[in-house]
Amino acid sequence: MPPAKVTLSVRQVSARASIIDIQGEVTAFAEHALMEAYTQANGPSTRVFILNFASLEYMNSSGIGLLVTLLIRINRQKQRLFAFGLSDHYRHIFELTRLSDAIKMYDSEAEALDAAHTP
Amino acid sequence: MTTPSTSSSEGIPLDADSSSEGKRSDTDKWARKVSALKLGPMPSGALNLNVQGKQPVSPLQGFGSMWQKTYRVRLKGVKVLPTGVIKVWKEHFPEFWPKGNRFYGPLTGIAPGEVGLINMALPGGAPLSTGVMVMYADEESFTFMTPQGHMFAGWITFSAYEEDERAVAQVQVLIRANDPIYELGFRLGAARSEDHFWQHTLRSLAAYFGLEEAQVETQAICVDRKLQWSQAKNVWHNAGVRTTLYLMTTPMRAPLRWMRKRSRPTT
Repeated sequence: MPPAKVTLSVRQVSARASIIDIQGEVTAFAEHALMEAYTQANGPSTRVFILNFASLEYMNSSGIGLLVTLLIRINRQKQRLFAFGLSDHYRHIFELTRLSDAIKMYDSEAEALDAAHTP
Repeated sequence: MTTPSTSSSEGIPLDADSSSEGKRSDTDKWARKVSALKLGPMPSGALNLNVQGKQPVSPLQGFGSMWQKTYRVRLKGVKVLPTGVIKVWKEHFPEFWPKGNRFYGPLTGIAPGEVGLINMALPGGAPLSTGVMVMYADEESFTFMTPQGHMFAGWITFSAYEEDERAVAQVQVLIRANDPIYELGFRLGAARSEDHFWQHTLRSLAAYFGLEEAQVETQAICVDRKLQWSQAKNVWHNAGVRTTLYLMTTPMRAPLRWMRKRSRPTT
């Protein structure tokens, strides 16, 4: 398989919330990198994971499938998944695939963080 | 600088081209959001039920445990690129299905937003009319999204990629059974029938490329064991039940239609 064209960086912004910045392409090849980022972002008291899609360049249906499996993994731990930085195009894809029913979308990092710190 | 790609006489790409280099765009590869499916004209012999007006659903809206199943065939010794595999798969899609199952594709081909009709028999022989919407399509993959009433809520992705300098064709489903009846059927053996269905499809695809009796690798992962009882109401849309009821009541409908026609006032 070709190498993943994605860079994921983790910021633990507080004990409660971690941000995963996504840069590049979210396809099937990003699976290992995404699950590794999740593990890295998962602190002992992390309750909310926030995906930053501002630098997302390309996403196919396998990429959306990865987000579903990540969401299930997070929900199993009674944690939550938020997203921000989605362009109109990717918001539309979240709505089409009904991911927007389960992943809360915010316009900015500040809004997502506010929501993450509201019990 | 780009290198022109080489194609076979059927237009199937055989050698590497430049399409995978540089930045890609997915803008025209996704379907537009729709609240209800619209099916185009279908052949007269097709049983067109349970598609028109149904909402497409994702694995999050189903009832049963969530499964990710991957079926894979390696096209050993075949000189074809992943894009060539997908081109053939899109063009001959229904031909690779097991006998007795019909897929009525859109006239415009497998493209984002298009809707197809499925007529098939459930394990046990019950007839089923349902459909799919093409959620995503590019040169190396395409994905179907199922509607309400389909056996599964979720996505079925058909893709091809290169590994060890040969093409690999793959079907990957991310699904939950749509309602309690389907979940029961799934646990009582329909899961195995589904495996056979996609294994047959991949073997037929491999045979198209000259590989007889190709080995299909199968991998199943239970992503979420939990049943979503809040979705048990999906049973209302169950396409298997609705198709069976429709066919059982067909003899009654003809006289009713005739009576209605006769009672209409003439002008």
